[in-house]
Amino acid sequence: MKFSNIMASGGEWLRGEGPHHQIVVSSRVRLARNLRQHPFPGWAKRAARSQILELIKPRVEELPEMQDSFSELLQDLSALEKQVLVERHLISREHAAKSVGSAVVMNRRQTLSIMVNEEDHLRMQSIRSGLQLKGAFKLVDKVDSTLEGKLDFAYDPKLGYLTACPTNVGTGMRASAMLHLPGLVLSEMINQVIQAVNKIGLAVRGLYGEGTEAMGNLFQISNQTTLGEKEDEIIGRLSKVIETIIEKEHDARQVLMQKKSNTLWDQIGRAYGVLTFAHAMTSKEALNLLSIIKLGVDLGAFPEDRRLPIDELFIDTQPAHLQKSSQQKLNAEERDELRAQIIRDRLRVFPKPDISKVARESENNVTSEPPKNE
Amino acid sequence: MLCDVCKCNDATVFLTQILEGKMQKVNLCDACSKEKGVQDPTGFALADLLLGIGAAEEIEKGAPTQKCVVCGFTQADFKKSGRLGCSACYVTFAEGLGSLLKAMHKGTEHVGKLPQRAHREIELSDRMRSLTENLQKAVAEENYETAASLRDQIKQLEMELAS
Repeated sequence: MKFSNIMASGGEWLRGEGPHHQIVVSSRVRLARNLRQHPFPGWAKRAARSQILELIKPRVEELPEMQDSFSELLQDLSALEKQVLVERHLISREHAAKSVGSAVVMNRRQTLSIMVNEEDHLRMQSIRSGLQLKGAFKLVDKVDSTLEGKLDFAYDPKLGYLTACPTNVGTGMRASAMLHLPGLVLSEMINQVIQAVNKIGLAVRGLYGEGTEAMGNLFQISNQTTLGEKEDEIIGRLSKVIETIIEKEHDARQVLMQKKSNTLWDQIGRAYGVLTFAHAMTSKEALNLLSIIKLGVDLGAFPEDRRLPIDELFIDTQPAHLQKSSQQKLNAEERDELRAQIIRDRLRVFPKPDISKVARESENNVTSEPPKNE
Repeated sequence: MLCDVCKCNDATVFLTQILEGKMQKVNLCDACSKEKGVQDPTGFALADLLLGIGAAEEIEKGAPTQKCVVCGFTQADFKKSGRLGCSACYVTFAEGLGSLLKAMHKGTEHVGKLPQRAHREIELSDRMRSLTENLQKAVAEENYETAASLRDQIKQLEMELAS
């Protein structure tokens, strides 16, 4: 499979059909594994890294889950292509900085991506739409079980899987969900939620993980500890917390509609106006405004069939996606112009926000999704 | 932006440190920056902050001059990067890592998945332990017939473990 195939199709998780997909954009589970007797990638010399890569890459490529996969050495990808993969959460920012001795293998549906020689020898990640942490874990767990028969993974009966960073030792698992929480942000309750989540040992991060800013009202919630708890316990605890946050977000939206409907309507109208008519837009501004339009779709101010075009814009207006699709390197100013143009073009067929629908739906209280089990 | 340490207050102190060509950023609130003694940004390693204060010292305490025999990694290297050199480092620096892991995680022992191979090894070593105990008991009771049989079983198990 070629890189152009990846560009052409958005990946399964982007189509947003999973449970609670209005609020939970995606669920991800990654496992870290290392080979015994080999130095970790950060400490290994170049030759050792290449040798480890030679051991691992063929085993990953022959996985049944990796039929018709995209497999590439990091040195063969351009900086722009790497950035595209980061924007799709298929590789980490750390991995994008790697070159000789590292690789990435992913399946066609873009639900499974395996990084070789990131911080650990193997970082296996599954990404699904909506709240599907269990499903994501099942896939990556199966892959791990297949690989352990062919590769000698480093583990200790007491400490579990051994990882380069002591923060990952044990299960080597990081489970996370990307949540869209405009209701909690607009009603200024988000800091309270973040504090509560932090207190129970879970981490809240911005769009691209550690150390990144929260943009577009998107937040990542993940487990912070990996030792002393079983995988399914960690996932169960995390899922429960996420379900509570989903409820809080629905409640916040209800309150906003009942008590601050004019503010809400004003926000949606302004976002629509700026996105439809602006001629220059930074990616941060675009994300923040698109988030409000997405909220508008959730509340019924825009027809449901406009959901996908908006979700796609979240990704397509990211800096690397813009440049890759226009097939040229652009400076910040040119990117802002092109971004505004793409948004204007796609919103041209967008109907104006319909406030009467918002009001009606608020009365009927149909914005709350029925609880779905995984 | 929230403080990276307490995650409660807004960060007012923004630190950027370049370690081995890698840029690391830490955001702290006023209280935490004072508590951690961050007046002089050159005086401490960011790894300490990112991994819990005193991580590097803990490792140092456990193995003041030790070097991993498998990969040559030292505690100074850990202080710099906050990462270990290879899986054997967990044995080399076990003492210092113990308290670090305790502070970092929910428990100190892994209870989740292990490779199939590990289950077999654990099973064999459990069997070995019980056989050895029984052997000692048999010898103490001067039950030499049982002891001889147990000794044979241990020999066979040793061969299995070695394979």
